[in-house]
Amino acid sequence: MTAVPVEHGLILAGALFVLGMLGVLVRRSIIFMLLSVEIMLNAAGVAFVVAGSRWQQPDGQVMFIFILAVAAAEVSVGLALAIRMYHKLKTLDTNAAGRMKG
Amino acid sequence: MNDLFYISAVVAVISTGIVITKLNVVHALLYLIVSLLAVAMVFLSLGAPFVAALEVIIYGGAIMVLFVFVIMLLNLGPEHIEEKKQYVGGQAWLGPVVLAGILIAELVSVFVRGGGQVAGNVVIEPKQTGIALYSIYLIGVELASMLLLSGLIGAYHLGRKDDKLDAGEDGGGQQ
Amino acid sequence: MIAMNDMLWIMPAAPFAGFLVLALAGSRLPRKWIAAVGAGSVGLSMFAALFAGCSFMSAPPGMHAYVQVLRTWIDVAGFSPKIAFYLDPLSVIMVLVMTVVGFLIHLYSAGFMRDDEGYARFFAYMNLFVGSMLTLVLAEDLLLLYLGWEGVGLCSYLLIGFWYKDEVNGYAARKAFVVTRVGDTAFAIGLFLLYSNLGTLQIQELMYRAGQQWAPGSVLAVAAAALLLGGAVGKSAQLPLQTWLPDAMAGPTPVSALIHAATMVTAGVYLIARTHVLFTLAPAVQAAVAVIGAATLLLAGFSALVQSDLKRVLAYSTISQIGYMFLALGVGAWSAAIFHFMTHAFFKALLFLGAGMVIISLHEEHNMFKMGGLRTQLPLVYRTFVIGALSLSALPLLTAGFYSKDLILWEVWSSKSGGPLLWAAGLAGALLTSLYSFRMVFITFFGEAKTKAGGKPGMSMSVPVVILAVLSVAGGFVEVPVHFFTGFLAPAFPPVQSANKAAGEIILQIIAGIVSVSGIVLAWFLFLRSPHYDKTLSQSGFGSLVHRLWFAGWGFDRLYDVLIIKPFLWAAKVNRDDFIDLIYLGVVWTSAGINRFLTFTQSGKVRWYVTGVAIGAIVILGIVVLL
Repeated sequence: MTAVPVEHGLILAGALFVLGMLGVLVRRSIIFMLLSVEIMLNAAGVAFVVAGSRWQQPDGQVMFIFILAVAAAEVSVGLALAIRMYHKLKTLDTNAAGRMKG
Repeated sequence: MNDLFYISAVVAVISTGIVITKLNVVHALLYLIVSLLAVAMVFLSLGAPFVAALEVIIYGGAIMVLFVFVIMLLNLGPEHIEEKKQYVGGQAWLGPVVLAGILIAELVSVFVRGGGQVAGNVVIEPKQTGIALYSIYLIGVELASMLLLSGLIGAYHLGRKDDKLDAGEDGGGQQ
Repeated sequence: MIAMNDMLWIMPAAPFAGFLVLALAGSRLPRKWIAAVGAGSVGLSMFAALFAGCSFMSAPPGMHAYVQVLRTWIDVAGFSPKIAFYLDPLSVIMVLVMTVVGFLIHLYSAGFMRDDEGYARFFAYMNLFVGSMLTLVLAEDLLLLYLGWEGVGLCSYLLIGFWYKDEVNGYAARKAFVVTRVGDTAFAIGLFLLYSNLGTLQIQELMYRAGQQWAPGSVLAVAAAALLLGGAVGKSAQLPLQTWLPDAMAGPTPVSALIHAATMVTAGVYLIARTHVLFTLAPAVQAAVAVIGAATLLLAGFSALVQSDLKRVLAYSTISQIGYMFLALGVGAWSAAIFHFMTHAFFKALLFLGAGMVIISLHEEHNMFKMGGLRTQLPLVYRTFVIGALSLSALPLLTAGFYSKDLILWEVWSSKSGGPLLWAAGLAGALLTSLYSFRMVFITFFGEAKTKAGGKPGMSMSVPVVILAVLSVAGGFVEVPVHFFTGFLAPAFPPVQSANKAAGEIILQIIAGIVSVSGIVLAWFLFLRSPHYDKTLSQSGFGSLVHRLWFAGWGFDRLYDVLIIKPFLWAAKVNRDDFIDLIYLGVVWTSAGINRFLTFTQSGKVRWYVTGVAIGAIVILGIVVLL
C-alpha cells in the first residue's frame, strides 16, 4: 500500500474546515449554517483519522466516532431550534433572531 | 491508492465549495452528500475502512435524512430561492473570504513544517477500533450516550408544537 | 492563711464585674443600688488590696513578689503572652493608693453626681477605669499592661466627654485621646522593638535579658527607653504632650480627681519605674527624663500662677507635680518618685474634691475671681482645702507633701546624675507651687463674698474629703522618721547612686522649708494684703504679655495648631477630591468603558459571534505560526 504524506491529509482537513467556516460566516439561513457546521465537524474528523493513520493507532477512529455522536446530537437539537424559529419568526434568517443583543 | 486519495480529496473540496454557494437548499444537500461520500473514500485510502462505512451510513444516511425531513417539514421549495438571493450578495463574501484565506494559509504553514511523515501505511481493522472504544474509551462512550440522550430530549422538547411554550416566550420577551 | 497567689485576680475583677452589671442593667436599677454597686465593687477591690498589702508585709513572699498566672493569652510561634498578675512592693503601693483613693472618690461621686441623669453610665465608666488601671499596675506582661494602658485611655476619653451634649467637652475628649495616642504609638513601637530583640514581653524576664544582652548606652537600649518614654510622656502629660490635661478638666470633678490627678496620669511614672532597668541602661534617655521633668514642672508652675479657672490651676499643678516625679525618676530616685506619687494622689484628690464641692455649691461656677469669702460659708471645705494646699506647698514637718518633695530635692542634689542645676529648678518649682496654691486659697476663700453658696455637702462627700485630709498629713510619716516606705520598696529598685554628699540633708531641708513658707507669705502679700501689685504687674506692657503667654500654657496649643493642625487641615483641603480615590475611580471608568465596548459586540447576530470566534482562532494560530 502506498502512503500519503500526512501534510496532504491535514491540508484536506484544513480546506474542508475553512470552507465550512466560510459557509457559517456568509450564509444567513439557519439551515445552511447547520450544514456548514456539519462540514466543519467532518473536517475535524478527517484530521483525527489522518493522525490515527499516521501513528497506526485506532484512537483517531475512536475520536471520529465521538465526533459522529456529537454531530448527531448537535443536528437534532439545531434542527429542532430551526423548526421552532420558523414557526415563531416565519423566516430562517438568523439576523431576525437578534432580540437578545446586549 | 495514492491516486484514490487525491481524486477523492479534490471531489470533496469542490463539492463542499458548491454546498456553501448553492441557493437551493435541496441541491446544496445533495452536494454535501457527494462531499461526504468523497471523504469516505479518503478514509478508505488512509486505511480506515470502518469509519469510511460509518461516514456513509451515519453522516451520508442518517444525518442527511434528518435535514431532508426538516426541509420537507418547513416546505422550503424553489419559492425561497428568490428570497435568498439578497442574502448571498457580493459584498457579504469579501470579509469572510479574507478571513478564511488567512486561516487556511496559517494552517498550511503549520502543516508543512511536519516534514515527511506518512499516513495510510497500515489498515486499522474495525476489531482494533472496537477494542479501543470499549476498553480505554469506555467513559467516553458513556459520555457520548449521555450526550445523545440529552440531544434526544432537547429535540423532543423544542420540536413539539406547544402553544404554551410560545406564549411563555412571548410573555417573557415582548412585555 | 489563704494563698495570696490565687487572690490577685479579685482586685481587677471586682470593678470589671461592677462595670458589667452597671452597663447591662444600670438603667433599670434604682440610684441607691447603682451607687452601691459602683462604690461597693471598688470597695471590695480595696479590701483585697489591703489584705494583700498586709500579708505582703507580715510575710514577704519569696522573690519579693506574688505571681498569679491565669491563662495563656495566645500561643503563636513561640510568642505566648500570659494573662498573669504580678504583685511586688511597687505594685502593692500602686494598688493600695489606687483602690483607697478610688474608693473614696467613688463614695464622693455618689453624692456629687446625685442629680445627674447619667448616674449609671458614670459609675460604669468609673468602674471600668479602676479595673483597667489595676490591670495596668498588676500586669506581669507588657502586653497586658498595654491593654490596661489603652483601657484607661478609653475611660479617660469617655469620662472627659461625659457631658457629651456640650460640644466643647467632646472636643476636649478628642484632644486628650488624640494627643495621648501620639505617646501610645511610640509605646507600641517600643514594645515591638523589645519583643523583636529580646524575644519576650514578660517584664521581669525582659529586664533580666536586657541587662544581659544590652551594653549600657547601646543604641537598642536607648531607642527602647526613648520609645517607652514617649508613651509615658503622653500619658503623664509632660512636655511636649502636656496640652491635653488642662482641657481634660471638662469632665466631672471626681473624674478629674481620680483619673487626671491621682491615678491615670501617673501611669507614665509607673511605667518608667517598672522598666527602670532599661532606663539605667540608657543614661542619655534617663537624663532626658530628668530634664523633661524639670522643664515641665517650671512651665506648668508658671501657667498655674495666672489661671482663673479653679480646676485649670489644679490641672497645671498636676502637670507640675508629675514633673517632680519625672525629675526624681530621671536621677534614679525611683522610691522618691513613687513616694511623691502616693502623697500627690492624696492631696491632689483632696484638692479636686474640695474644688468640686465649691463648684457645685456655687452652681457650676469655675472662675475663682467670682468666688471669695467662702471661708465662713463652707467651713469644712475651707479647712480641708487648706490642708491640701499646705501639703501641695510642702509646709515643713507637718505635711506629707513636704516629706516626699524634700526627698526628691535631696536625692536630685545628691544623685550622681542630678546636680545643683536640676535641684535649683526643683526649688524654684517649690516656690511657684506654694505661690499658686495659696493664690488659689486666698482668692477663693478669703476676701469679700461675691456669690452666695448653695447647700452644704452631704455626708457621702464630706467623709472622703476628711479621710483624704488626714492622709495628706499622715501620709508623710510612713517615711519619716523610720524610712519605712523606701525600705519597703528597696527590693524592687536599686539604691540611688549618690555622689554629692557635701551638703547635709538637714541644710537642704531647711532651705526647702524656707522657700515653701516664703511662697505662702508672698502669696498672702500679693493676693490678699495688697492685690494692686499683682494688678499693676499684670497690666503693664511686658507683664500682660507674659500673663497672656502663661495663661495660654506657653502657647503650646497655638504652636501645635500652626505646626501640625493647620498643615494637616490644609492637606485635607487640598486633597478634598481625594486624588488617591481617582485611581479607584479610574478602575471604575475603565471597566465601564470596557463594558460599553463589550455590549456593543453583543449584537444578537449569530454570524457576528462566529466572526469573533474565527478572528480569535486566526490570531491564536498566527501566534503559533509566527513564534
